[in-house]
Amino acid sequence: MVTDIMVAFLPFIILLPLIGSIIIGLGGMLFPSFRSQEKLIGAIGTAMVALPFIILVYMTASFEGSAITFKLWSWMRGGDLDISFSYLLDQLSLLMGLIVTGVGSLIHVYSIGYMHGDKGYYKFFAYLNLFIFAMLNLILGDNMVVMFLGWEGVGLCSYLLIGFWYTDMLKAKAAQKAFVANRIGDFALMVAMFLIFTTIHSFSFGEIGAQVEALADYRIWIPLLIFIAATGKSAQIPLFVWLPDAMAGPTPVSALIHAATMVTSGIYLIARVSPLFLAAPEVMLLIGIIACLTALIAALIAIAQNDIKKILAYSTVSQLGFMFMALGVGAFTTAIFHVMTHAFFKACLFLGSGSVIHAMEHVEGVKDPQDIRTMGGLAKHMPSTSKTFWISTLAIAGIPLLSGFFSKDEILASLFFGGYTEPVYWGIWGIALFTAMLTAFYMTRVAYLTFNGMERFPKGARPHESPAVMTAPLWILATLAILGGYLGLPALLHVPHVLNDMWLATEGGIGAEGLISNSVQMVENMHEHHSMEYLLLPLSALIAVGTWFFTRRFYTNNGLGGDKKVQQLFGRLYSVMENKFYIDELYEKTILTPFMLFSKYVVAWVEKNIVDGFVRATYLGVANVGEVFKRLQTGLVQNYLLLVSMGVILVLAYIIFT
Amino acid sequence: MEAGVQTLLFWFFAILGIGGGVGLIFNRNPVYSALCLILNFFSISGLYLSLSAEFLAAIQVLVYAGAIMVLFLFVIMLLNLSEEKGILDITPTRLLSLLLGIALVVELLYVFREFADDSVKGAFQYGKVEPLGQMLMTEYLFPFEMISVILLSALIGAILIARKYSYSED
Amino acid sequence: MDLSSLQPSVLSYLAVSTLMFVLGMIGVLSRKNGIIIFMCIELMLNAVNLSLVTFSKLHDNATGSMMVFFVMCVAAAEAVVGLSIFIALFRNKLDIDINSVNIFKW
Repeated sequence: MVTDIMVAFLPFIILLPLIGSIIIGLGGMLFPSFRSQEKLIGAIGTAMVALPFIILVYMTASFEGSAITFKLWSWMRGGDLDISFSYLLDQLSLLMGLIVTGVGSLIHVYSIGYMHGDKGYYKFFAYLNLFIFAMLNLILGDNMVVMFLGWEGVGLCSYLLIGFWYTDMLKAKAAQKAFVANRIGDFALMVAMFLIFTTIHSFSFGEIGAQVEALADYRIWIPLLIFIAATGKSAQIPLFVWLPDAMAGPTPVSALIHAATMVTSGIYLIARVSPLFLAAPEVMLLIGIIACLTALIAALIAIAQNDIKKILAYSTVSQLGFMFMALGVGAFTTAIFHVMTHAFFKACLFLGSGSVIHAMEHVEGVKDPQDIRTMGGLAKHMPSTSKTFWISTLAIAGIPLLSGFFSKDEILASLFFGGYTEPVYWGIWGIALFTAMLTAFYMTRVAYLTFNGMERFPKGARPHESPAVMTAPLWILATLAILGGYLGLPALLHVPHVLNDMWLATEGGIGAEGLISNSVQMVENMHEHHSMEYLLLPLSALIAVGTWFFTRRFYTNNGLGGDKKVQQLFGRLYSVMENKFYIDELYEKTILTPFMLFSKYVVAWVEKNIVDGFVRATYLGVANVGEVFKRLQTGLVQNYLLLVSMGVILVLAYIIFT
Repeated sequence: MEAGVQTLLFWFFAILGIGGGVGLIFNRNPVYSALCLILNFFSISGLYLSLSAEFLAAIQVLVYAGAIMVLFLFVIMLLNLSEEKGILDITPTRLLSLLLGIALVVELLYVFREFADDSVKGAFQYGKVEPLGQMLMTEYLFPFEMISVILLSALIGAILIARKYSYSED
Repeated sequence: MDLSSLQPSVLSYLAVSTLMFVLGMIGVLSRKNGIIIFMCIELMLNAVNLSLVTFSKLHDNATGSMMVFFVMCVAAAEAVVGLSIFIALFRNKLDIDINSVNIFKW
């Protein structure tokens, strides 16, 4: 009974955001007067995300534990190929759906205030709703094709929204960069899908989970390709370069797409097909290594940046690295846990930074409203923003009792216990611990330099607090950033881990039910060396609190001068960090420049002589042949009829007499 | 139907019909051509009768000979066409069409030769109105309805095409 | 007189139908007067109708007769539209020689 109701509601979850997008987009395109109806647009846009959220809350509350698949309609069919728009409701997709629509609605509300007065107001909401639609396809899709549609759809929306202010060449280029970097990953994903289909003749996640043995031929390749796809979407080495540039988009976009939801789709995908990864420990180790390098490098870069959004962007890359580390050690549920907590505090941080930028834009004499060096002391002027930003900062830094602490500690513990099986994970654990320390450092730095200390913007200016429509989402997200972690309390407290034990890793076997299961080895290690947790938990707490305390005092004493001391500490490495490890330059030298040169000389010649020659030959040939045969076109009906009857009679003769 | 009557009907109307067809294509004056065609249609109607397809024979006379040919004659007289000249001139096109015609006759008769021994004397229940009407209202209901749409669109199309355009008003 | 040797078979009907069809075809291919060509097309349609009725009788099956019925309806519609086209043509060219209509010539 409940299932029937859920199935009846399911299409609405998917379609409402699409409908909203169409209404707002078409309305804005066709009726210029609609464009200035900001309240109406904002209300429609928000409602079309909030309604699915409410439906999803209801579904989650009445969920009975067994996955529900629902087929909207059959899309294409032929031979073994049977692709339909079918959707899967299970614990994982419900959780992701709640995050996407929940955080999404808050960000829609926030955008009503943030985008106020923008020329493309209606476009913005149309794109945002379209994004939610694509994202829901991605996470609710029951087969890889629907998932891939969503995957491409979020890529498209990301492109549209990064380049939202496309008249600025830099922003348009950032959008292109994001698009191209994502294409590389998408290509890998397509190849992985083809490999899966040729082997088991199905795209469905259930089948993939059930037929891992049948895929043994591509045991390494499929997970590897899926991981490459994830590096594109979720910004890991080597494809992470697009995410910092993606900050060119409006800040709500950075919060929604480039922090809370889209960038975590790679983690979702890997968790969804976790059985494939469990069968390939080599790939898991590779994921772990790459993830920890990503986390470390991004954290190092974040230390040397001064643009508030850039710092948050690198922080996102670093936190995504943490999630991938958890995937790498086989702690899939832990990764999803961190996806959730990260969505709360990172969305809050980005929205807070948006609030700050919003305020700084109205301060006379500030050249770059995103530069933390021209901020400082904003806590006085923007109490709500400051408080929520600090809460989220402490959460991401891993201060005990806040959400980030629980999820990050779980990742670190998983890595540590994975080390009993494969010692390399101990190395990763060490780096991760160090990265956690760096995180606490740079996050405290950005929060402190923004909100505390001396006012470095022109004297007499009074940056104003954002309107309630913007601060309300901040407070909700900050509350979630505090409470979100209590869904997954550490095992040593001997209370149930709500997310893992009661929700995600329910009984029902591996993958077949669409559920995710953690690496058995890692979990066994955890039980065996249970007592180590008494050491690990205080250790990470100590590191977080210590770093936070130290950093705060350090910047209180030194102000902006603190950065100089940090520079001295890191020595020559600092300029490397400041220049983002020269990765963009490296790509330019090794890939772009040779490619451009190749195009300039080789391709230009080919283009001119072979391609154009072929085109010329084609049209000349057609023209000459036509010159001859046009004489058949006498315009006289009887000639045509004569030829037709001749043809008919000849064909008839052929049929009869042979 | 009695065999002798059928034989007589067949030969009479076969010769009359083919004569009408020949008259159609060899007459200079379109009015005579049309009259020959009417003759042909009546003969075909007679042939239907000899096949005991009474209903079709009736509507052959009603629809073709009665309605369509009247329309033709009406148009021919409305246009007041002059007689066509040189209809017996031998041109390459005409020679070729004659050859094609002979080839087609040969081909078709070659195909139809297997019907040489089939008799046309058997029962034919669908010659009557009632079974045909029942078929029309049951199995062929959809085509039947479509035909009405086609007739309607032909009606509208004919009015549109043939009306006098006055370019002054729009 | 013994008529049994003259007894028509299905082939006889089909032969008559074939001859009428070919006469119509030759007319369509040879005459210049548009309306006569049009009448020849009607002749061809009728020839085919005749063979349809013959087959319908042969198999005692309704499909052939039904087809004839529909062909007649379509022919009526076609005659109306075709003749109105000739009227429009005549109004423009004062002639319905189809060789005078060759605007599709290269």
